[in-house]
Amino acid sequence: MRALVWHGTQDIRCDTVPDPQIEDDRDAIIRVTACAICGSDLHLYDHFIPAMKKGDIMGHEFMGEVVETGRGVNGALKKGERVVIPFTIICGECDQCKRGFFSVCERSNRNRSMAAKVFGHGTAGLFGYSHLTGGYPGGQAEYVRVPFADRTHIKVPDSLTDEQVLFLGDIFPTGWQAAVQADIQPHDTVAVWGAGPVGQMAVRSAILLGARQVICIDSVPERLDMARAGGAITIDNSVESPVERLNELTGGKGPEKCIDAVGMEAHSPRALEQVYDRVKQAMMLESDRASVLREMIYVCRPAGILSIPGVYGGLIDKVPMGAVMNKGLTIRTGQTHVNRWTDDLLRRIEDGQIDPSFVITHRAGLEQGPELYRTFRDKKDNCIKVVLRP
Amino acid sequence: MARDSDRRRSDWQSAALDRIAPDPRRRPDPATEGLARGLGWFSLGLGVAEIACGGAIARWLGMPRLAPVLRGYGLREIVTGAGILGTRDPTPWIWGRVGGDAVDIATVLPGLEQGNPRRGNALIALMALGSVTALDAVCARNLTQAPLRPSRRVRRDYGSRSGFPEPPEAMRGRAADFAAPLDFVGPQAMRPWTEADRPQAARR
Repeated sequence: MRALVWHGTQDIRCDTVPDPQIEDDRDAIIRVTACAICGSDLHLYDHFIPAMKKGDIMGHEFMGEVVETGRGVNGALKKGERVVIPFTIICGECDQCKRGFFSVCERSNRNRSMAAKVFGHGTAGLFGYSHLTGGYPGGQAEYVRVPFADRTHIKVPDSLTDEQVLFLGDIFPTGWQAAVQADIQPHDTVAVWGAGPVGQMAVRSAILLGARQVICIDSVPERLDMARAGGAITIDNSVESPVERLNELTGGKGPEKCIDAVGMEAHSPRALEQVYDRVKQAMMLESDRASVLREMIYVCRPAGILSIPGVYGGLIDKVPMGAVMNKGLTIRTGQTHVNRWTDDLLRRIEDGQIDPSFVITHRAGLEQGPELYRTFRDKKDNCIKVVLRP
Repeated sequence: MARDSDRRRSDWQSAALDRIAPDPRRRPDPATEGLARGLGWFSLGLGVAEIACGGAIARWLGMPRLAPVLRGYGLREIVTGAGILGTRDPTPWIWGRVGGDAVDIATVLPGLEQGNPRRGNALIALMALGSVTALDAVCARNLTQAPLRPSRRVRRDYGSRSGFPEPPEAMRGRAADFAAPLDFVGPQAMRPWTEADRPQAARR
């Protein structure tokens, strides 16, 4: 089959690789009908996430049709059924899964000990996201093996198109969880850093959840246009200070809720801070750049909440913990517990409350994947979200 | 809706800025971007070397009286390197390097005179400076010719992509039926800024 394969830093190719096989009774094989390039794939593309190996198949946002099931799937999935696959692989049986904390499933990461060395404990297995999260082949391919398939799926009705439901696997519940864990109240101002796909979903989720004012911060004009279309006030941080403008928009009090939809590869508009982080990163004294986090902590209203769906992979520096403590800020973060939200979100799509396909700007075949990784990374050609059809 | 940043810059301001300043959101190809970054690091390294070893370099060139000048040039290199690595658009800083190269060449050129016992070293230095100048000039030219981010005139219109069936204002609070799980938001008493906490007069 054809698949997008990681060969090294900024080197992804469309290769022919062996077809996946059933390896465990709870496995299923899915024929992928649509997959997307996620912003967090770019952390792998730029090799900021460790434990990638040459030959790893990329992709964790995909959907398709069931073509084969293991004996242990026990009728939970049938051949021909249409499913979106959540990026977190879940066993559904461990303590964390039973509590709904699917992204920290205790059984699905087959390299749990490796993750434990880095994070203290293992986290869930993820598709196509390094050997730290299990080294499972991803879904930017014609076929994919889904472990624990009896639980790791979201069935979708034929009445909805692939593009309407594809993002249930990652960015839509990620933006939604970011807004939910911000505990949005009707009088809140919610500031969202990053107008990429997750930021766009967070803006719409905050609007649906009733925030009085949603503000989105980025520097890419077309992304700001899209955020405005979704109901956000926008701040272009290449021409004005987010801190000053956020204070202006909140009567000097700062936003009650702040969402970091940028993560580890943040670019600071402040030259000194950007140089500082770049130098520390180059000297391996920090792995992630934390300029958005610092700004959020600084501008957030005391007793406010910081919600962090943006991906961080390792160590950061100069986090103003004194401000976090003295302002009494609450930090909520984590990979998305996808299946916890998908029933509700699927209903909202069916009811017509939202159509997540608004974010798609580029459609192509798998062969154009490597080129579109570059286009997406460089934010060229007005690219915001790429959907590939294998 | 409140005014946004794009509207804050008046047309005449935008036109003036377009004329006099490089676009801070230029999009060079990755190779040029990499070259610019490399030159930024080179500037930093050379700057540190010139400040730390200005005397030794001046003696090696056979021009010992240049030591304080080279230390000054080192400071210039560090500022330029920081500018290249720390700003969104390194173009003016790379052009600054080209100018600095010219000054460097003019400084080392007298080292070729017959009386200098180290004129061979000066020649080596000039050849190195020539190579770096060529790299700087290529990089600066590529950056200057790099396409600009889509401006309002050329970028695609995503202004109608709300994802909602009705205007956003009408969709505000449409998911009011959603009950946030307590394990995510905490018990009421622990939750900051809830509606119930607000003074009656402040409620809408």
